[in-house]
Amino acid sequence: MRWLQAAMPFVVVAAIWEVVAHSGAFPPRLFPPLEEVATTLVRLTAAGILPHHAAETLFRLGAGFAFAATAGIALGIAMGRSRRAEDFLMPLVSIGAPIPGLAYAPLFLLWFGLGDTGSIVLVAFVAAFPIILNSWTGVKAVKEIWLRAAQTMGADGRRLFRHVILPGALPYILTGLRLGHAQAWRILVAVEMLAAVDWGLGWLIFGAREFLNTDAMLAGIAVIGAIGLALEKVVFQRLENYTVVRWGMMAA
Amino acid sequence: MKAAISIGFFLLLYEAVARSGWFAAALVPTLPVVAKTLWWMLADGTMARHALATLYRVFAGLAAAAATGLLLGFLMARYRPVERFFLPLVSALMPIPSLAWAPVFILWFGLGDTATILVVFYAASFPMILNTWTGARAVNPLWLRAAGAMGAGGAAMFWKVVVPGALPFIITGLRLAFQRSWIAVVGAEMLAASAFGLGWVIFDAKEFLNADIMLASLAVIGAIGFLFERLVFGSLERSTVLRWGMVRAAKA
Repeated sequence: MRWLQAAMPFVVVAAIWEVVAHSGAFPPRLFPPLEEVATTLVRLTAAGILPHHAAETLFRLGAGFAFAATAGIALGIAMGRSRRAEDFLMPLVSIGAPIPGLAYAPLFLLWFGLGDTGSIVLVAFVAAFPIILNSWTGVKAVKEIWLRAAQTMGADGRRLFRHVILPGALPYILTGLRLGHAQAWRILVAVEMLAAVDWGLGWLIFGAREFLNTDAMLAGIAVIGAIGLALEKVVFQRLENYTVVRWGMMAA
Repeated sequence: MKAAISIGFFLLLYEAVARSGWFAAALVPTLPVVAKTLWWMLADGTMARHALATLYRVFAGLAAAAATGLLLGFLMARYRPVERFFLPLVSALMPIPSLAWAPVFILWFGLGDTATILVVFYAASFPMILNTWTGARAVNPLWLRAAGAMGAGGAAMFWKVVVPGALPFIITGLRLAFQRSWIAVVGAEMLAASAFGLGWVIFDAKEFLNADIMLASLAVIGAIGFLFERLVFGSLERSTVLRWGMVRAAKA
């Protein structure tokens, strides 16, 4: 019953779409009925084209995000721990963060070339900002009393960092990673359109435009939405459940 | 003061790299060249035309998104069936990056303003809907009962209690919507604009290796985004929710 209720809106929208698509008001090439989109989705998946596009996109996302996470967490923690690092980096970060990442895209493509390097560097650059800012906030938000308690119990710098500061800042760091991932995903799809790479989901939908393959575009959009949602729900939710939720620092 | 030192240091570093001759001067122009380009584009009015074209697209999309978001958000908060119908749709569509729709909109509406505005609309709608909905539900029930006891009818209750009560969330929604549409408009202009716009001018400059134009436009994009964030949304907050004492100003 609840399942039915959740499905209802989608059924209504799909029905409206079908009526419009079959009415002949728009050319079917531009406004394909849903069964055609579904057939294309199945055909492209079976032929291995869609998985190949998705794999390339995920590789770029993974590579860029890995750089962003490493550099972002390191810089953020450094800024949270050291006054000097904070004074030096904070103005640069606060200038860089609000500029839309895509505005850099042509510049990065010019500097690092079309294709993988340019898009990976851009993804890393864009995703790094929320990660830096959140890691910094996280370190700042570690309770003073925890630090003092650990110190009186004789924790040295390393143990203090490893057992108090890092776990204490983790809820914020995870939020930063989540935001960074969301930004990276958005930027990556767009940059694949601009960079004219050979494979990639962004290119799949943008390239399909040339041949009026609206069905392939809509199938690609559905896959992009599904992957984004899956990464968000599966990876980040699980990461949170295993760490901060289990430690009782955050409600599930 | 410290900010000036770190920004100055960064600029010097850039200047040193630009003058070192490691990279082509067309790709890494020196700062005086960028400043001169910026000055010329500002002086002869081309930058103003690009900026106006971009601002027009942002505000057309943002206004439509705000109207839709407010209407839908309040209706969802007030009527259960509306909420049950739209909430699953919103959660399903939200994870799809707005720029993924760009090729479809281009195909349906052609290159130009309509496609760009629609991308902005898509990007800005979700924060508006979700924040209005959350805000309207977060209105203190005590206020509702008090107003009811004092004889407020439906219209008075809505305008004098629900709307002001939800306003802190709505303003945050507007702010998020602006940030998102500012990102979306730059990307959409690169893909879909035909003659003017800050995103278009950056992308167009890539063809001619005009890195100075790119950097100058990047500076303008950053400056406009910063101004809106600080002046427009800041003063909106000061004149409403801050003045009413509903939220406190963050310490500067």
